[in-house]
Amino acid sequence: MQDVLDRITANPKFLEFVAMRSKYSIIMAIVSAAAYYGFILLVAFDKEFLATKIGAGYTMSIGVPIGVGVIAFTILLTWIYVRRANGEFDAINEALIKEARK
Amino acid sequence: MTKFTKILAGLLALALAGGAIAAGADLGNTTKQATNWTAIVMFAIFVGGTLFITKWAAAKTKSAADFYTGGGGITGFQNGLAIAGDYMSAASFLGISGLVFANGFDGLIFSIGWLVGWPVITFLMAERLRNLGKFTFADVASYRFAQTPVRIFAASASLVIVAFYMIAQMVGAGQLIKVLFGMEYIYAEVMVGIVMMMYVLFGGMTATTWVQIIKACMLLAGATFMAVSVLLQFGFSPEALFTKAVEVHAKGDALMSPGALIKDPISAISVGMALMFGTAGLPHILMRFFTVPNAKEARKSVAWATTWIGYFYILTFIIGFGAITNLVQNPTDFYVGGELAKGLKGGGNMAAVHLAKAVGGDLFLGFISAVAFATILAVVAGLTLSGASAVSHDLYASVFNKGCSSEQELRVSKITTVCLGMLAVVLGIAFEKENVAYMVMLAFVIACSSNFPVLFMSVLWKNCTTRGAVAGGFVGLASAVILTIGSASVWEAVMHNPKGSAWFPYNSAAIFSMTAAFFTIWLVSILDNSAQAQKERALYPSQQLRSETGLGASGASGH
Repeated sequence: MQDVLDRITANPKFLEFVAMRSKYSIIMAIVSAAAYYGFILLVAFDKEFLATKIGAGYTMSIGVPIGVGVIAFTILLTWIYVRRANGEFDAINEALIKEARK
Repeated sequence: MTKFTKILAGLLALALAGGAIAAGADLGNTTKQATNWTAIVMFAIFVGGTLFITKWAAAKTKSAADFYTGGGGITGFQNGLAIAGDYMSAASFLGISGLVFANGFDGLIFSIGWLVGWPVITFLMAERLRNLGKFTFADVASYRFAQTPVRIFAASASLVIVAFYMIAQMVGAGQLIKVLFGMEYIYAEVMVGIVMMMYVLFGGMTATTWVQIIKACMLLAGATFMAVSVLLQFGFSPEALFTKAVEVHAKGDALMSPGALIKDPISAISVGMALMFGTAGLPHILMRFFTVPNAKEARKSVAWATTWIGYFYILTFIIGFGAITNLVQNPTDFYVGGELAKGLKGGGNMAAVHLAKAVGGDLFLGFISAVAFATILAVVAGLTLSGASAVSHDLYASVFNKGCSSEQELRVSKITTVCLGMLAVVLGIAFEKENVAYMVMLAFVIACSSNFPVLFMSVLWKNCTTRGAVAGGFVGLASAVILTIGSASVWEAVMHNPKGSAWFPYNSAAIFSMTAAFFTIWLVSILDNSAQAQKERALYPSQQLRSETGLGASGASGH
């Protein structure tokens, strides 16, 4: 087992893979935080914008679709990440382990 | 079976007696409503059904691993529902729909805040937690560190978080049962204590998880029914719903714009940080990642949890507006004395409950009341289990009696469960008349300032050391508590100091306490040049290998 571990750690492809995946998750985290804080900063600094009607004669303000959009975007982002991690990333991961076991 | 039947019969008797007493009691207490038999019967069916599951789970709960993680055999989809169940508390269902009912758009701002922690967990924590941990998050945080100090820190922080969260839930349970079932406060406390202890004691994590799953399905189904009924009234046009709400609500068009919920940008960012990162530090949420067999399922479970929670918050927004259109025009049935000015019967948090009656009659009202109470029960069970594992796994088995057998560890967790259950009842009664609104938020602030920074740095930063993690964690914990005491919600609302005298001017301490924790971890770690620190840094590559690839992770069979 130990030599398998050593071989993986020594494999430049492993470090490359870990760096790539970490970068991807951090970017995704930043995107989701940006969506949320963008919304909160609008609430804090530009209430009038959020209160704008979606069109002439409408009661609904633009804030409602934006707010629901942030929720939908959060869910979507999570699934995009999970699909990629469970598919592509796990496949690379398994290939690296297999290579080290040879 | 007989033991269960007896206890169940006893509980039913207790419920019935409580109802009878309540029915005969004087009506001087304005918040207590007439005994609601439909709700009581529905709740009894729920308790009966879940105790039956507990009996089934009890047969499978033999080792400490079964107790903490249900043997690690729960699928991602099931776990996602259970996490959602843990998170969708009665406070969020009744509180957020009540907030929408009172303020409209502000309720949506609030619910979005509660959702944003999930992507952080998904992207940064879920698989690493699963790969490194076994039973508790302290397994992860202490992976390459000195066990004793890290475990003592993790257990202290977890117990403090569990205590605040639990008090809020217990007080909520007592208040709810007065309004929903027309029963005495104290009966609610004792009943929650006993039923919850039975779930945890006999069925461990398997029973607790299934109770959460059932409850989550009931809550989602009930909320969906309400939202669809409301939309049906308006031909599925949200615009028509909003137009009607604006027309009948006293606030008029202000319902559609952000109000006074966010008072200044620093508070807004600080509250956002607490919600965003606090979720990733709540022990009862973190422990759910150890119930699935591998990282793939762990990721799936957060994705499902995020989906259900997000969907649920959209429903509560519709329910809040539906409550406006259905209740405001019918003050005789839903308002104190039939007057709008006197507020909703049972208080502002009852909007969803009254709407249930308006759209589904007494039977559906009974269902929603039972679901609301079952929600508290299930959340308290989850909290108790995480508190018990902090004591038995992190303190007893890893610090005080290293090398103890699985049986000994299991016995300690069961004793702790009973103690925590009794403590919950006592605290619930002690805090009956207190203002506990700040406690859930405080639990989040502590979680994001102690557990989260320690977890994050120990897993992702090579140079982190035991000293840094423990010092930073305790600094975060202490500053979160101290600054919260100085904020208006505690200093003025709870300690009754004069208005305006609070010395901490923001709504949430997170922006300062979380920064202090990260800074302390960083500073103490880079100054730490002990032999132990060198050893810990040298262990990082092997920790990273396991956290990134899952090689050597304790699998379902290894539990």
